[in-house]
Amino acid sequence: MKSAIKRFKSGILDENPVFIQVLGMCPTLAVTTSAENGIGMGLATTVVLIMANLVISLLRNIIPSKVRIPAFIVVIASFVTIVDFMLQGFVPALYASLGIFIPLIVVNCVILGRAEGFASKNKPFISVVDGLGMGLGFTLALGAIGAVREILGAGTLFGLSVMPAGYVPISIMILAPGAFLVLGVLLAAFNYVLAKAANRN
Amino acid sequence: MDLLLFFIGAILVNNIVLSRFLGVCPFLGVSKKVETALGMGLAVTFVMTLASIMSYIVYEFILKTLNIEFLYTIAFILVIASLVQLVEMIIQKTSPSLYQALGVFLPLITTNCAVLGIAVINMQNEYSLFKSIVSGLGTAIGFTLAIVLMAGIRERIEYNPIPKSFKGYPIVLITAGLMAIAFLGFTGLIK
Repeated sequence: MKSAIKRFKSGILDENPVFIQVLGMCPTLAVTTSAENGIGMGLATTVVLIMANLVISLLRNIIPSKVRIPAFIVVIASFVTIVDFMLQGFVPALYASLGIFIPLIVVNCVILGRAEGFASKNKPFISVVDGLGMGLGFTLALGAIGAVREILGAGTLFGLSVMPAGYVPISIMILAPGAFLVLGVLLAAFNYVLAKAANRN
Repeated sequence: MDLLLFFIGAILVNNIVLSRFLGVCPFLGVSKKVETALGMGLAVTFVMTLASIMSYIVYEFILKTLNIEFLYTIAFILVIASLVQLVEMIIQKTSPSLYQALGVFLPLITTNCAVLGIAVINMQNEYSLFKSIVSGLGTAIGFTLAIVLMAGIRERIEYNPIPKSFKGYPIVLITAGLMAIAFLGFTGLIK
C-alpha cells in the first residue's frame, strides 16, 4: 500500500509529466486557452492512461517484446476512440473546443511512455495507480497553465470574471505565442523552486 | 493558383508547430543542432507526404466502403507506423548514406503528432487526394522551416548568459513564443 501511495504522489510531483519530464507538449500548449479546456483534456487523457495501463499490464506476459510498440498503440488507440465517443455524446461543447486533439491523445508521449516504462513491467494494481497519478499530474499542470492564460488573456477563470473592471485582457496570452511564453515562465518558476528546495536540503 | 496559396498558407500562416501546436515534441527535442534539425525535417517531409497519400486511400477505399469510418484513429496510426517501418527498410537497402542521415529519426516519427494530425485534418476537411498531398507537403516544409530556425537560434543561445532557472526548456519555449509572435505577422497574408 505504501508503495502505491508513493507511486501516486510521484506522478503528481516528482515525475510530473509536464513540468519535470516535459512530455505531451502538443496538447499542453494547444488546449490550455482556458482552465476548463485544460482540465477537460487532462481528465480525458487520465482515463486513457488508466485503462491503457491496466490492459497493457494484464497483457504484459502475452505480448511478444518485438511487436510490443504496435500492440501498445492499438490498445491506446482503442481507448482513445471510446473516450472520443463519450465526450462527443456527453459533453459536446468540450468536444468541439478540444477538436483534433482528442484523436491525437493516441500519440501523446506520456501514455506510450508509461506503457513502455511502467505498465509493461509491473502488476495491474500498481499500474492503475501509476496511470491515475500521472494523469492527475498532467491534469493539474494543464489546469494551471489554462488558468494563467485565461486570467491574463481574458480576465476570467472558469468563465467567471476575476479581474478588476478596468483590466484590459492581454489577448496574446490566449493566442499561440502565449502558450509558449506561459509554459516557459512556469517551467522556469518550477526550476527555481526545485533548486531552492534542493539547496535547503 | 488557389492550390499555390493553400500551399504557402500551410507553410507560413498555419505553421504546424507555431500556430497549430502539432509536432512540438521533436521541435523541442531535436533542435539542438541545425544539421540534425534538418535531418529530422527531411524525414518528416518524406513520411508526412506519403502518410497523406496512404491515409487518404485507406479512408476512402477501405474505411468508407466497410462503413467503419469511426475506426480512423486506429487505422491511421497503424498506417503511419507501418509506413515508417517500410520507409526505413527501403532507405536502408537503397541508399545507405541517406539512411545514415535519417536513420535515427525515422522511428521517432511514429509518435510525431504532426503526421497523424495532418492525416486527421485532411480527412475532416474532406480534401481531395491531390489537395491532401499539397497539404502534407506544405505542412512538412513548414515544420522543417520552424525546426531549422529554432536550431539556428539555439546554437547561439548556448553561448549566452541565461538566468539559471531559465536554462534548458524554459528559454527554448520563450524563444518559440517570440517566433510564434513573428509568425502571427503572416496572418492575413492569404485571405
